[in-house]
Parts: sequence; C-alpha cells; structure tokens
Amino acid sequence: MAILPPGVSAESFASAIREFQDAIGREWVFTSDDDLYSYRDHFSYIKDQPNELIPSAAVGPDTTEQVQAIVRTANKYKIPLYAISTGKNFAYGGPSPNVRGSVTVDLKRMNRILVCDDKRHFALVEPGVSYIDLYRHIQANKLNVWVDTPDPGWGSLIGNAMDHGIGYTMGYYRDHFGAHTGMEVVLPNGEILRTGMGAMPASQSWQEYRHGYGPDPCGLFGQGNFGIVTKMGFRLMPAPEHWRNGLVTVPKRQDLIPLIEAVNYLCDLSMCGEPWYGSPLMPLMGNTEFRDAALAFNESAMDRLAASANLHSWQVELQFYGSERTTLANWEYAQELVARKVPGARFTNGESLKTPLTREQIANTTGPYPTNMRRNITQGVPGLGIWYMTGRTERNPNAWNETHIGLFSLVARSGEGILKAQKDFADVARRMEMPSLFPNALQTPVNWYQFAFLMGNGFGLGGGDTSPAGKLKATAKLREVLRENAKLGYGDYRAPPILQDDVADQYSFNDFVLRRFTEQLKDAIDPNGIISPGRAGVWPAPFRSMRGGMRS
Amino acid sequence: MSGRGKALVCAALAVASWASCAHAQDAARGKATFDHTCAPCHGAGVGDDGRAMLPGTDALRIKYQGSLPALLEQRTDLNADAIRTFVRRGTWSMPPFRPTEVTERDILDIAAYLRQSSGAARNGR
Repeated sequence: MAILPPGVSAESFASAIREFQDAIGREWVFTSDDDLYSYRDHFSYIKDQPNELIPSAAVGPDTTEQVQAIVRTANKYKIPLYAISTGKNFAYGGPSPNVRGSVTVDLKRMNRILVCDDKRHFALVEPGVSYIDLYRHIQANKLNVWVDTPDPGWGSLIGNAMDHGIGYTMGYYRDHFGAHTGMEVVLPNGEILRTGMGAMPASQSWQEYRHGYGPDPCGLFGQGNFGIVTKMGFRLMPAPEHWRNGLVTVPKRQDLIPLIEAVNYLCDLSMCGEPWYGSPLMPLMGNTEFRDAALAFNESAMDRLAASANLHSWQVELQFYGSERTTLANWEYAQELVARKVPGARFTNGESLKTPLTREQIANTTGPYPTNMRRNITQGVPGLGIWYMTGRTERNPNAWNETHIGLFSLVARSGEGILKAQKDFADVARRMEMPSLFPNALQTPVNWYQFAFLMGNGFGLGGGDTSPAGKLKATAKLREVLRENAKLGYGDYRAPPILQDDVADQYSFNDFVLRRFTEQLKDAIDPNGIISPGRAGVWPAPFRSMRGGMRS
Repeated sequence: MSGRGKALVCAALAVASWASCAHAQDAARGKATFDHTCAPCHGAGVGDDGRAMLPGTDALRIKYQGSLPALLEQRTDLNADAIRTFVRRGTWSMPPFRPTEVTERDILDIAAYLRQSSGAARNGR
C-alpha cells in the first residue's frame, strides 16, 4: 500500500528517499509495507479506511545532525514530516501523523541520557529515552532522584512533555512540560536552536534557568509544529526519605466544596502530593433507588440514602513526601484543616513507609482502607502494569479495548465546579445517547496538573460497536461532545489527530485570534509547512485546505 | 588419525565452540533486550493494583488455560519467525514495535534467549 506525500511526485519522492538514505544509512529508511505497519496507530478509529493516517516512509536518525539533513531534504521536496520519539502516545494517536503520506521521523535511536545530576536535580536527555530507561539509569547509578512517570512508563520524557503529559508525585513535577529546563530544537530550515541559558555558548546553567533572556519560544514546541526537539532537560524530584498516606471522607454532597478548598490549600503550599478523589458511594450505583436519585442529581435523596448505608459521599486520599516527621506533621495539619471546614469529616491513617518502598510494599494492597491510589506511579516507578486496562483480563477474556482513546476536559478547580461539570457532562452524554454510566453524579476529577482539574469524557465510548461503521458513529459522537462541552466552557487538553481540529475549534475566543496568531508565526518560520502540518490544529499555508478534513 | 584428520576434528571443534560461544552471546544480548522491552509486560512478577501477574503474562494465561505456559520465557514454540510476527504486527492490545525499537538482530537474539530460557525451564533449572 505504497502512498506518496500529498502533492509530491513519485520521482521527487524517490529522490528524497535516496537523500535520506545517504544522510542516515539505507537500513534506517523504511518504505516497505511490513516496516511501515508498525508506524500505524494500533488503536485507530479509522484503521484500514482510505483516510487512515499512515506515513509514506519512516526515517530513524541517530544524531541531531542527521535530523538537520532530513529536514533540509524535506524542505527541498516539500515533504511533510511527523516527528515521534518512542511512538507510545496511545489513546492520542500513537505514532500516526496528522497528514496521510507524511514521512515519520522516528527519534527512538536518539536514546542517550546526557546528564542526570542528583545534586542539582535535573536530567538532560534525547527523545528516545523512556521513563523506564531513565528510572533504570537512576537505579543502576544509585542516584538520589526520582522520575515523575506517566502511566504506562514506556513513553519518552520529551514526547510526553511535548504533548503536555502528566505524572503522579508532587505538584511541580507532575506537569511534565512545566517541569522542563530548556531544549534544543532543529528548526524547519535545519538550524539548531537552544533555549534559555542554552542560547549562551559557554553557559554552565542550561538546565537551571530556562528563561534565559528575552521572549521564550518554548511554548511553541509543546503540542506544536515549529521544530523537532532533539534534547530537553527536566527538573527531577530529590528522592524523599519517607512516604505516608491517609484517607479523608466527608458525609454530604455539598461537603465536596470545603473539602476541595482545603486540599487545594495543602497542595498549593506544597504540603502534599497528588490527591486522589473518589466517592465511597460507587457501590450504591447497583441500588435502583440510589441510582435513580444519582441520575436525577437529587442531592437530598442521595444524602439520605448515603446516610442510611452509613457511607460518606466523597473521599480524598492524600499522600505526603518528606521525612517521617514532616509527613506526619503535614498529615496532622491536613486533618485539622479539613475538620475545621467540614463537620463530620473522618480520617483514617494510611501507611507510613521509609522510601524507596520495596517491591513487596508497592505490591501490597492490604492497607488500612480500600485504596484507589496506584502504588507504582506514586513512588515514581514506571512500568506497563496498567496495560491490563486495554487487554484480555478475567472480566474481559474475549475482547480488547481497540477503541482506546483519551479525552479529558479542564474543569474549574472547586467543588462548585465539579458539581456543575457532573451535571453538564451527564446532560451531554444523555443527549448523545452514550452507552456508559459515566459521566454521572459521582464522577470526580483528576488533579494531574497541580493547578487544574481534568474530568474524563471520552473513554466511555470504548468497548461498544467496533465495526468500521460503529467507530465512525462513535467518532461523530465524540466530535459532538467536544462541541457541546465547548459551549459550556469545557476545553480539552489533548487529543488524537482525528480530533485535533475539533479540540482546536474549542479555543475560538475573538474569532480564533490565537490560532490566527500561531499560524502567522508558522507561515513565517516554516513557509513550506513541512514540520507536522495540522498538529494541534495548526495548519501552515500549503496544507491549510486540509483543516477539518478528518470530519469528512 | 592422520594429521589431516586431526586438523579436521580440531576445525570442527573450533566451529562448534565458536557456534556455542556465538549462541551464548546472542542469548545474552537477547536476555538484555527481553528484559528491557518485553519483560515489563511479559515478565514474571506481580502486576499493578493487586493483580497476580503482569498484563501480557496474565493475558496469555487466560488465553491458553494451561495448554501453553503464560510466561514467554518458558515457551518452546517461539522461533524468530513467530517473534517477528508478534513484534512487527502486534496482537490484541499489544501494539507493533518499530524496527528502531526492536531490530532484526534483536529478534534473532530474543529467539536465542527464549530457546535457552525455555530449555532451562523444561529442565527445572
């Protein structure tokens, strides 16, 4: 199924391939169907369809200089490129490009850990370095730092940060793009740019002051298409000596408001790690009376039924990193603060453990209370354990989640915001006739970003009709959900290529001035539009007519 | 034995020794690649969230119901061709792995390692 880049003749493409081969070696230029199969999105909603987002070729450079050569050749022949690092951005498109026929620039071979400093607490890495790789490097060299890993941990530090990915330890480190410490980028014309103090040739502090001097262009490279990042630094959390957790529950629905106020206060004073919200009432969803009350958002009935079941409405698991004494002091203060704000709040001590936890301690699930907290990731231990959610399990022995897709909306970081979002999302889901029980009145946010709440609104469609027609219908529903959510003020933070134009459309303030501004810059810096055209809805002039093309 | 015969025997022994040594090197490289790339899902050990096995191992346990080992390192039926198919095409929720992640040489080395590890498993070592 050989295809060509859009608007490129077979002769030009053959010449470009020869130039790629000369630049990086024949064995690292892939054009056969067999090789290119692995560059498709394994979870694509449009697999095997005529518009499936597949590349025309893939190239695997080993050095920044080779990336420069690839970019120059692409400019010469006006071939769109799509850069991937470890290619594991599953649920968000995997390794697939935005434009069918792009040449995928596979940076996996650039997998060097250039610096990992456990006194100044940063690492400088290439794009092919995964969280698992860095974790193993830290372990092998007995370094006194942690990684803040996404889940699963086979992704690239750079790739994850580039798509605004997240982790699960302390606030600052969970925002992976926010925790970067400077980058090296191959620009669309093939030049190398270094940001922050890296712009100073003799700098001794590239990873310590990312702003440098003057305007900082780094934001253009995150979820953007202004260059190919070939090195990037990250702030690393110093290894704490102790970890402790504890459970807080509050009785009534409206108690969510003061509970979140208290937890926000603790988080923003850096007194606790990621809080894990939930509802102890989930088991009651099997009870018809409660379920009817929940679906109708009848708060007084929900409170009455919760009380009669001797259950609280909300819970948050808190975790603390530091010394034994500071974690105890912070947990005691958390209890005091919540008790002051929420009458009837209950507190349960969790575990108090010296770090690093042993494998047995991490695997232990018999804590003082039933926990939702996922242990490996709170301890900065990357792995693939979570992949059971997509595959064959005892509960799901004959099918896999082939429509694995991620959509999460930003909601206000307050109890009022969550209670409103629950109703809004449930209304939209009902109108869309979505089959899942989610969203519902018990859905709680994730606090992946310290200063923001996200709530899922897309996973619920997985596992339904997986025929091509079923996937097409599901995609149309997702687009509608995104449109309806935008009317209510909820924007998404990340999306697979088939939905990136739809998410970009949510950000329409002042007649799309943000997009117009970005595309004006894009046209100036990348006049041939060769770097990832269409990424995050940013279409350069030569490809702009393709905007919205995935909707047809 | 004639001088020529001795030379042939020595040559044959040298080739066998070299082949054995080469196989051991292949298997050692294969183990390193397996540990890095395959074991996080297909290794031994417990899974996340209280699960008894890692996801790939558990999926194969459910699939084969004891007719084949759940652990790849105990399988005797995975030659390079079979490994190549699963690695390059993926299966169920296992996505394909690209030639920059797992090279053709890596596939041959993993096959050498699985021959070794499954033999060890069979012999109870």
